[in-house]
Amino acid sequence: MNKNQERATLILEDGSTFSGYSFGYLGEADGEVVFNTGMVGYPETLTDPSYAGQILVATYPLIGNYGVPPKTYDKSLLLHFESDKIQTKALIVSDYSKDYSHWNAERSLSDWMEEEKIPGIFGIDTRALTRKLRDNGTMLGWIIPGDEVSEEDLNKKVEDPNKTNLVGSVCTKNIIEYDGGKTKIVLVDCGVKNNIIRAFQGRNILVVRVPYDFDFMNIEADGIMISNGPGDPKMCQATIENTKLALDKGIPTLGVCLGSQIIGLAAGMETYKLKYGHRSLNQPVNEAGTNRSYITSQNHGFAIDAETLPQDWREWFTNDNDGSNEGIIHISKPFFGTQFHPEASPGPDDTEFIFDMFVRSLK
Amino acid sequence: MIKKNKPKKVLILGSGALQIGQAGEFDYSGSQAIKALKEDGIKTVLVNPNIATIQTSEDMADQVYFLPIQVQFVEEIIIKEKPDGILLGFGGQTGLNTGIELYQKGILEKYNVKVLGTSVETILETEDRNLFNKKVEEAGLKSALSKTAETVDEAVAVANDIGFPVMVRIAFALGGLGSGIVETEKELIDKAKRAFAFTNQILIEESLYGWKEVEYEIVRDKHNNCITVCSMENIDPMGIHTGDSIVAAPVQTLSAKENFMLRSNGIKLIRHLEIVGECNIQYALSPTSDDYRIIEVNARLSRSSALASKATGYPLAFVATKLSIGYALNEIENEITKETSACCEPALDYVVLKFPRWDLQKFSQVSTLLGSEMKSVGEVMAIGRSFEEVLQKAIRMLDIGMEGFVCNNFEVKELDKELQQPSDKRIYYVAKALQQGYSVEKLNNLTKIDKWFLYKMKNIVDQAELVKGKKINELDKLTLLRSKQYGFSDKQIGILTNADEFAVRKYRKDFDIIPCIKQIDTMAAEFPAQTNYLYMTYNGFFDDIEPGEEKQIIVLGGGAYRIGSSVEFDWCCVNAAKTLDNHGYKSIMINYNPETVSTDHDTAHKLFFEEMSMERVMDIYEKESPEGVIVSVGGQIPNILAMKLHKHGVKIVGTSPEMIDNAESRHKFSAILDREEIDQPEWEELTNLDSAKEFCNLVGYPVLIRPSYVLSGAAMSIVLSENELEEFLKKASDISSEHPVVITKFIEDAREIEVDAVADHGELFAYAISEHVENAGVHSGDATIVLPPQRLYLETMRRIKMITKKIAKALEITGPFNMQFIAKDNAVKVIECNLRASRSFPFVSKVLKQNFIDIATQLMIGEKPHKIDKSSFDLDYVGVKAPQFSFTRLKGSDPVLGVEMSSTGEVACLGDDFNEAFLKSVLSIGFKIPEKGILLSTGPVKYKMEFLEEMKMLEKLEIDFYGTRGTCKFYKQNNFEMIELNRPYTKEEPNILTYMEEGKIDLVINIPKSNDKAELDSDYYIRRKAIDLNIPLITNIQVAKRFVKAINYSNDKLQIKSWAEYK
Repeated sequence: MNKNQERATLILEDGSTFSGYSFGYLGEADGEVVFNTGMVGYPETLTDPSYAGQILVATYPLIGNYGVPPKTYDKSLLLHFESDKIQTKALIVSDYSKDYSHWNAERSLSDWMEEEKIPGIFGIDTRALTRKLRDNGTMLGWIIPGDEVSEEDLNKKVEDPNKTNLVGSVCTKNIIEYDGGKTKIVLVDCGVKNNIIRAFQGRNILVVRVPYDFDFMNIEADGIMISNGPGDPKMCQATIENTKLALDKGIPTLGVCLGSQIIGLAAGMETYKLKYGHRSLNQPVNEAGTNRSYITSQNHGFAIDAETLPQDWREWFTNDNDGSNEGIIHISKPFFGTQFHPEASPGPDDTEFIFDMFVRSLK
Repeated sequence: MIKKNKPKKVLILGSGALQIGQAGEFDYSGSQAIKALKEDGIKTVLVNPNIATIQTSEDMADQVYFLPIQVQFVEEIIIKEKPDGILLGFGGQTGLNTGIELYQKGILEKYNVKVLGTSVETILETEDRNLFNKKVEEAGLKSALSKTAETVDEAVAVANDIGFPVMVRIAFALGGLGSGIVETEKELIDKAKRAFAFTNQILIEESLYGWKEVEYEIVRDKHNNCITVCSMENIDPMGIHTGDSIVAAPVQTLSAKENFMLRSNGIKLIRHLEIVGECNIQYALSPTSDDYRIIEVNARLSRSSALASKATGYPLAFVATKLSIGYALNEIENEITKETSACCEPALDYVVLKFPRWDLQKFSQVSTLLGSEMKSVGEVMAIGRSFEEVLQKAIRMLDIGMEGFVCNNFEVKELDKELQQPSDKRIYYVAKALQQGYSVEKLNNLTKIDKWFLYKMKNIVDQAELVKGKKINELDKLTLLRSKQYGFSDKQIGILTNADEFAVRKYRKDFDIIPCIKQIDTMAAEFPAQTNYLYMTYNGFFDDIEPGEEKQIIVLGGGAYRIGSSVEFDWCCVNAAKTLDNHGYKSIMINYNPETVSTDHDTAHKLFFEEMSMERVMDIYEKESPEGVIVSVGGQIPNILAMKLHKHGVKIVGTSPEMIDNAESRHKFSAILDREEIDQPEWEELTNLDSAKEFCNLVGYPVLIRPSYVLSGAAMSIVLSENELEEFLKKASDISSEHPVVITKFIEDAREIEVDAVADHGELFAYAISEHVENAGVHSGDATIVLPPQRLYLETMRRIKMITKKIAKALEITGPFNMQFIAKDNAVKVIECNLRASRSFPFVSKVLKQNFIDIATQLMIGEKPHKIDKSSFDLDYVGVKAPQFSFTRLKGSDPVLGVEMSSTGEVACLGDDFNEAFLKSVLSIGFKIPEKGILLSTGPVKYKMEFLEEMKMLEKLEIDFYGTRGTCKFYKQNNFEMIELNRPYTKEEPNILTYMEEGKIDLVINIPKSNDKAELDSDYYIRRKAIDLNIPLITNIQVAKRFVKAINYSNDKLQIKSWAEYK
């Protein structure tokens, strides 16, 4: 290790500080501090738009091992990433691996983060930090270079990203069409992961990707897919209103993660903020009325309150760990929502069948 | 709890004696199975002759049978116990093979015994290569290009088709016996020939040398829910048996895509195979693309599953049992969190490294190279939060004198060659190469070890360079902290800075550099967990728990299984912890062996899965402030630590460490014996050759030579002549310079007696006298031992008891101890005394039905156990303990017994008399009643004469006798019919080897005249051939005689009686 290694410090809104060594970009950042317990998949996770506005803590201590893959495009989508850039504000790890080894690696994680101006800190007791976030709930935090913390540093005021238009900042600004067969869906982009688009491409569905607040009812389509995205679903009022119309018309609709919450709100359900959210690749969910359970990839801080389900809706999946809602389904119409990510990436593909169900419902 | 369709009584097949490829992990899995069944109110019946296991304890299964795990015995047990279910997957390959045979012979169907969990059809599909490959193909997945062969010619043809080098695999192999990569046709022919001695089918496969080897543990329930519990990556790539590989968990060098691709493929296959319960799947993954091959599926609990359980905290064996009786995954509670269910893929926030322990130096003529045949006898597991940390921890845990990855002293010639050929020491050569400036690229080329691991190793070497040569007080806090985070021990830093270990300790503590305590909770802290499963790391600054509860006592465990120290000590540790917890104390277990029950999360109040170094025990002691430390139940590692701990102010529970030192030090102990007027063989401590010669001439050869502080007779040897003495001493100076060499007069034709005992403040409280079947000269760990003694004079017994009492008093013993005696006529001499529990404690405890460890632990904490009624030592039955060898695995080793211990495990059976117990025991370790022919070579005339009576008994078997020239001549003169065969070296027919190969001989009795090298060499090929062809081999005349007598008297009347029925 370089003896002149720069130090950096994470400060939490409760005044606690965690100092370590800097990697990636040496600079400041702030955001909501959240933890993810996945043991692999940092290139995918960091580019997941749902992490916009967040400082990510990796609970797995060894990060950077297999470097970062090249920016290869496949059908206009980056092959190895979930969006075009790193979406997190910063990354906190215990042991960063400066040396990497993988046949498909092009550069180190640090180099990539430096290029994208994303600060990283390693040498932190990420387990202690995680426990704090778990016990106190997610907190705002900010990163400063160095390990000497002034009064001013401690009292810095940072904006709560959940109160900003995160979705607007990450979604597409233009309408993009992705080639496919005759069947066509509108993909309402609230911060969509590339793998959702790939899921439809793989099923030969034509995808029209539109901004989250686009009045998509103008586009004639066989179905509507409301994507995942960052932050509080209630910030997406336009999407909720548009979704209401779609549901009224009975158009097949699938929502994933934030998309599911938006469908819920459109159908009259309530959402709430979880204490510290679900961010991992190992969330077990049970399918209601069956003895099936699945391991799912998740990344969300808000959830649907299952107590508020209207008459025609059923709880489809529940979380096996904490009982929270993991999916909703309409009893007669082709409306589905899953809190987890059936597209995985990174994560287990146990629930990919959700896309098949949705595609079958498209006339 | 589910209610419907559960079995009422379940038979569990154990795995028998520990052997290479099948060790303590099955005590863990069987014990968990029993617990899981009992929780559901299901009755359990266990068959396992391994008496030293926890699973065969009185509070585990409802009925225990110490009987061979063989069809004829198990069928009788089924008839008697009428179980309605059977578990085949918890007793390793032994249990599985017996289960398959029971099924195939229709026995299970006949008695309505349902196979729980994965069906036998599925097991067969995973065991037979062709069927397996077909299944993989059906699932649309890839397995290695391969074809079976049933003859040598066919094998050659297939290999030429695939192209050399090829992998030769042998089905139904325990730990990959006989499998290996062959480069040429000639090698293939050799290997194929040997393989066909065991099996009628072998598999020739494309070689995937250099590919990454990756394993997953997969669990499936009857509803088709399927999860992967743990991923593991072998640091040694394909080509080295996974049991001999250094393994990291979770996988380190795989991208998410690769990882989840393998997960999906595994789940797809496991669903296709319809496995219910737990299984292990192994892959080869290309290092240059995402191409993969599925190598195999083990549809049972395995070494890897035990490792995965300990690595993740997920109780695989427990869950597998529940699934097999009909539970769904999400109906089983997660034992660790208590809040979530078993439908959980653990997230680790630490890294785990498994490192195998080899004992190859204990065998003559064995190759130290590693390949696809497993050779290790045990393993350790290190937990930490950096790879550097776990690598250094793991190496220290091996307890082979290495300080970590660096700071070791050894010589190496031909470094490149050593790097290319994987051996038991390769990792140290990698360190050496890095120190010499080899680049990571070059090392990767030579070793095929992934560069990522090599970079990490280089970090350690670089850090050592940074510290080296500095004075300790020149190190700044961050450098010191980084060194600790890279797993450097205080001792290593001391070596680098030329400082004392404790000076380093003090210096770092002044900087507040102390390790923190972290929990293993399966969820990476996502949920609060009440877990007591702990480790320590410098890559963290906050303790997960509040240490320092009241009334805690530390129990030091046994460490890695090795020759001389294995599951017996685990039994002792578990029992000590249990007794502590039962008497108002809170036990803290320290151990790092993933194959044990002592490291189960529900054994002790707290478990520190940690090093048992002075440094780490002190760290834990200082954090937890316990009332004391028990050092007398975990074997030699804690025993050696006792005095050091004591000197640093640690309170030792039980016998005082000064007294332990008195017993360990030859001089002090000898003086005590003299003072107490107890006889001992003449001995002298030696510092140079001349004085040694002088002493030997005085007492006369043979003599026994050994270094002090030994376990399992490391480097011990009987020396017959001055020449041998010189030779040995040259070797001995390499073995230990710290401790002098001791020469003892060796008494021939004497009996060896063991006493296992417990004392209370110098008063003998309980004792068991057992006797070796073999005459003195066979290591006590390799000896066949009988309790109560059958051949001892009452007077001898009385004297032994008197001496034991005197010793207990003289050493003021409180707790367990063990003594060994030599008896000839009525003269009794003391040869050894250990103030700790011994290997035979579980044996005597279970035969006498008096738990010596429970008693000893109670006494150590000042409780008053019930005085033992004398009549309990007066048994109406006999227990015989027999050693299990693993010579089959150790290609080339000479399977002959001496003062060096070479057995890897043991069994013990009970019988109404000696013959019955003896026969059951030796059948359990692989003896078979001969049906075709016996090859005799019975050594000196004295032995030949002694064996005449047994020859008459053998005649009744109506089988052929073959003999070497001298033996043949002798027995022909005594009117026996015997066919003379030529010794192997004559290369003349009729040759012994030919007859053995042709299957005409199914018992070899080969008694060397002496342990002289020339004598051993002459019949080495016979013994080795017997091992390679799986022909029972007897090399000791007393054992030969006892075996024949036992066949004669007991063969038809072996009783099927459970342990409880012996009263």
